[in-house]
Amino acid sequence: MDALAAVETIARESYGRLVAYLSARSRDVAGAEDALSDALHAALTTWPRDGVPQKPEAWLLATARRRLIDESRRTEVRERLAPTVQHMMETLANNGADEAFPDERLKLLFLCAHPAIDATARTPLMLQTVLGLDAARIASAFLVAPATMGQRLVRAKSKIRIAGIPFAVPGAKDLPARLDAVLEAIYAAYNSGWENPTGTDACAGGLATEAIWLTRVLLGLLPNEPEVHGLLSLQLHCEARRAARRSVSGEFVPLSEQDNALWSRPMLEEAERALTVASSFQRVGRFQLEAAIQSVHSHRRLTGRTEWRVIVQLYGELIRHAPTVGALVSRAAALAEAGELPAALRELDEIPTTTITAYQSFWAVRAHVLARLGNVAEARAAYTRAIGLTEDEAIRKFLRQRSAALAE
Amino acid sequence: MEYMLMFYESKVEFARRDENPVTSTYWGAWGAYMQAINEAGVATGNGNALQPPDTGTSVRLKDGKRHVQDGPFADAKEQLGGYLIIEVPSLDQALEWASRAPCAAHGGVEVRPVLDMGGK
Repeated sequence: MDALAAVETIARESYGRLVAYLSARSRDVAGAEDALSDALHAALTTWPRDGVPQKPEAWLLATARRRLIDESRRTEVRERLAPTVQHMMETLANNGADEAFPDERLKLLFLCAHPAIDATARTPLMLQTVLGLDAARIASAFLVAPATMGQRLVRAKSKIRIAGIPFAVPGAKDLPARLDAVLEAIYAAYNSGWENPTGTDACAGGLATEAIWLTRVLLGLLPNEPEVHGLLSLQLHCEARRAARRSVSGEFVPLSEQDNALWSRPMLEEAERALTVASSFQRVGRFQLEAAIQSVHSHRRLTGRTEWRVIVQLYGELIRHAPTVGALVSRAAALAEAGELPAALRELDEIPTTTITAYQSFWAVRAHVLARLGNVAEARAAYTRAIGLTEDEAIRKFLRQRSAALAE
Repeated sequence: MEYMLMFYESKVEFARRDENPVTSTYWGAWGAYMQAINEAGVATGNGNALQPPDTGTSVRLKDGKRHVQDGPFADAKEQLGGYLIIEVPSLDQALEWASRAPCAAHGGVEVRPVLDMGGK
């Protein structure tokens, strides 16, 4: 194997396992990351020269451990490294570096989504510690300044260490709520940098591949949680449509107008299988419902039509589980597609105004419904509002075209 | 690790301290809570209830001059009513004890790790 490619593959596949293992006892995530990044750097210089070691993961682990020990000697007994080093010494004494080490990533995932950590830092923390993404990349996906994201991550890591947030899988009593937070954080990564102007296609751009990877990691560690299968199904349904979401010339194509020949069949098939597994547990949850909604959309590929009434029902169920503004707006959009325009408008009007003043999808859906009701003046005003709240140029263009097409 | 649980109480809760210590559910709940803490072996022996905030006095030094003010610094709805230092393995157990405090439902509890100053 090519040495550089080997480093890249290992970094991608083992980063989270190594960080989790190196920091599980010490709770010093930042220290573990620094040591691992030194080890990866060392691999980049020695592997091309000496060849890729037989057990590259073990090589990285041993090198990172040495760095942690060197570091602590150099800085005298720096208080923050002491427990890490102690643990390293113990394990070094107990077993050779060649032996397999336990996968602590599940604990790391729960740690990143712990309620004591600032909610805006949870997803970035996961992306950085489990996947090794750098702060700048994460910052751009979440549309914040790199320095701001860097500070947020540093603060979260120091809180983990100082406040003693445990590296542990929660007990049965807390597991459902804590797992929700983990799934939320992964889904937030999937949805980063994505806007949805018609309220029906809950699908993403930014860090989609990374988010799906995280879900697969979680699924491998918790195979008996239906919501994890549900989240995987949801993401795959959406991801399958990626190629259809923009026209050849880069224009935004709403879900109902997408050419379903462009949807990825293997992904849709895997998405359906995941949903089947999820439902076999007979414990419905938010992500399974969202996956079911996307599954109905995907079914158009086979039947040539979308069952909007089923979608309206599923949104109703979803709102009972998780009454978010997004779900309320999406149900209204589905009602409009099912031909119930006055009901759709009524539902939109019932959403509390404080939650929608800066919510782009609300104004886009409202404009769409008003346009179909023939209320040109209000539709135009709503389109303007939606355009003003849009970040994506292609979507802005799409909304401008819709607005311009309104009858005079 | 050592954590300080800071118990924040509302005006209503502070007023309930005047109730009969024997029959009051306010004192009953705190008594049971303290007993549970002691029996679980997480107590460190450090902790106190405090007199109500209107008995407090705040001092600031500005340009060498002493500014003394009646009452607490912040005029918040909930005020510090007492504190307790417990010894538990991690934040999760500290949060568990914090949420069992009688004031958790009527005020709130702030949990902070104690700064380890080395030798005790």
